[in-house]
Amino acid sequence: MSVDHQLLAAGMDLGYGDRKVVSDLNLTIPPGKLTVIVGANACGKSTVLRGLARLLSPTKGAVYLDGKPIHTMSTRDVATVLGVLPQSPIAPDAIVVADLVGRGRYPHQGWFRRWTPEDDAAVAEALRATDTLELADRPVDELSGGQRQRVWIAMALAQQTDLLLLDEPTTFLDINHQVEVLDLLTDLVKNSGRTVAVVLHDLNLACRYADHIVAMKAGRLVAEGRPAEVMTEAVVADVFGMASRVVIDPVSDTPMIIPIGRHHVHARAFA
Amino acid sequence: MASIDATTKVQTIRRNLASRRYTVTASLVALLVLTFALALYLGDYHVEPAGVVRSLLSPFTGDVNKGVDFIVLNVRLPRATLAVLTGISFGLSGIIFQMLLRNPLASPDIIGISHGASASAVFCIIVLGMSGIVVSFGAFMGAILTAVLIYALAWRDGVTPYRVVLIGIGMSAIMAAIMSFLFTRARLFEVQQAMAWLVGSLNAARVADIAPLAIALVVLVPVTVALVRGLDALQLGDDTATALGARVEFTRLGLIVAGVAYAAFATAAVGPVTFVAFVAGPIARSLLAGSGKGFVQAGLVGALVMLGSDLVAQHALPSVQLPVGVVTGVFGALFLLWLLIASNRAGRVN
Repeated sequence: MSVDHQLLAAGMDLGYGDRKVVSDLNLTIPPGKLTVIVGANACGKSTVLRGLARLLSPTKGAVYLDGKPIHTMSTRDVATVLGVLPQSPIAPDAIVVADLVGRGRYPHQGWFRRWTPEDDAAVAEALRATDTLELADRPVDELSGGQRQRVWIAMALAQQTDLLLLDEPTTFLDINHQVEVLDLLTDLVKNSGRTVAVVLHDLNLACRYADHIVAMKAGRLVAEGRPAEVMTEAVVADVFGMASRVVIDPVSDTPMIIPIGRHHVHARAFA
Repeated sequence: MASIDATTKVQTIRRNLASRRYTVTASLVALLVLTFALALYLGDYHVEPAGVVRSLLSPFTGDVNKGVDFIVLNVRLPRATLAVLTGISFGLSGIIFQMLLRNPLASPDIIGISHGASASAVFCIIVLGMSGIVVSFGAFMGAILTAVLIYALAWRDGVTPYRVVLIGIGMSAIMAAIMSFLFTRARLFEVQQAMAWLVGSLNAARVADIAPLAIALVVLVPVTVALVRGLDALQLGDDTATALGARVEFTRLGLIVAGVAYAAFATAAVGPVTFVAFVAGPIARSLLAGSGKGFVQAGLVGALVMLGSDLVAQHALPSVQLPVGVVTGVFGALFLLWLLIASNRAGRVN
C-alpha cells in the first residue's frame, strides 16, 4: 500500500435539512500522515468527517477523491480506497468477532466473487494488527468496550484501504485503551504508509499523536498544521472559549493544554 | 502479512461456523421431510405407508387406485404442499422485516401488513359480497397498499426502523377498527365467512391455490438471494454499510418489496395465519447461534411450524378439524410472552 490517495474538500457546505452545520470548508487531508480534527461539541467536526466519507452529501461544493467528485463515483469503488468507521456502528446479535471483521471484505466481494483465502489473510492481518486475534471466536456481545472498539477498527482495517477515516474511535474508552487505539493508528501510518484522519475529543492526545491537526469552530476551519505550530493559547481560547496554559508535554515534547477554570488556580498561573 | 497461524485460525473459525450452519439446515430439512411424510400418511382414511408411496408414483407407473389416489394426491398432498410454501413465505417475510428493522417484534403480522390484508378481505366479503379467489386477490392488494402507506408515512429523509414499527402498530389498530366497523354492518352469514377467512386455514386447500404462490416464490427467491448479500453490510448500520460500499436504500427497498410480496401471496393463499412469520426468524437465529443470518433456516422453520401446526390442528381433537391459525396463534402467543420476558431480563426491550 504505497500509492498515495488524495482526499480534499473544496468550498464544502454541509447540513441536515435546513440546518447548516459546516460552511465553505476547504480542507486537504495530507497523504501518509495522521490527521486529527478537534473542536468543541457541535462545531461540526464529525459532520466534516461524514462529508469527507461521502456519508453526507454537501449542499454546496464537493469532496474530491484523487481529483474526482466522490459523490459521482461508484460507492463500491470508493470503498476499496477509503475506509470509514462511523461513530456508532451496530453489531448484529450473537455475531462472532471473525465474522464481524470479515464484513470489512464486503467491497472486495461480489455476487460471483465469494470468500477466498485472500479474505482470510486480510481478516487475520487486521486481527493481528489490532491485537484481537485471541478474541476471534468470541461473540462481540461479550467483549469489553475497549475490545469491541479494537474489533471495529479491525473491521475497517480488513477493508484494506489506503485512506481511513475514524469518528471518535476513543470515546467511552479508558485512558489506557485510548492510547492503545492511537498507537495502533500511528502504526498504520508509519508502517504501511496509510493516510488516517480521525476526530478526537482529547486535546492533549490529539496534540501528541497528530502529524497534522485541524481545529474547527462553529462549522469553520480555525487553524491547521503541525500541533506545535497551531495549538497556541490564543487558538485554544478561540476554539474552546477557555483560558489555558500551553506547556510542553514532558513525554512527547508536543503541546499540552492545561485548562484554566475559576477554581483551583493559583496566582502564579497568570505570571 | 499475517502469519500462517493467524490465517489458519480465521479459516478454522469460519469453517466451524459453516459446519454449524449446515448441521442446522440439514436437521431442519430432515425434520421437514419427516413431517411432510407424516402429513401424507395421517388422516381419517387409513392408507398404508406403501400405499402412500404407490399413490405418489402412480402418475409415472400407471398403477392407479382411484379412491386412495384421490385422498393422497388431491387432498393430503396439496394441503401439505401449500402448508410448506406458505410457511416458507411467512418465514422469509418475517426475517426480512425483523432484520431490516432490527427488531424481533417487526414481523408483518405485528406491523400491520397482515391486518391490511385482512381488512381488505373482510371488505371484499361483507361489502362487495365476494368469495373464493377474488377475496384472495383483495387480500393481496390490501397487503401491498398497507405496506406502501406505512412506508410513505414513515418516510422522513429515509426510513428509520423505529418509525416503521410504530406506524405499523398504529396501522394495525386502524385496520382492526375498520374490520370491527364492517362486522357491525354485516349479516351473520357474512361474518361467519369472514371469520373463517381471518383465522387462516388449510382446510380448503386446492391445487389451484398452490400455483400463484409457487410462481411468486420462483420469482421472489432469486431476488431475495441477490439482495441478501447487501444485508451483510446493512446489518452494521446505514453509515457503516455506505462506508463498505453497499447500496443502502436500493437494498432496503428491494428487500421490503420482497418481504411484502411474500406476506401478501401467502396471506392471499391461506389467510392471515398468525405468528408464523413472527416466530420463524428468532427460532432460526437462536438455532444458528451467530453462525449465519438465517434466511434459509427461517424459511425452513416457517414451513415446519406451518405443517406441524396443521397436523396438530387436524388430529389433536378426535372429531373436530381446527383451523391451523388457532394452533399457530396459541404457539406464537406463548413464544411472544417468552420473548418479552427474556428480553426484559436481558434489560433491553428493543
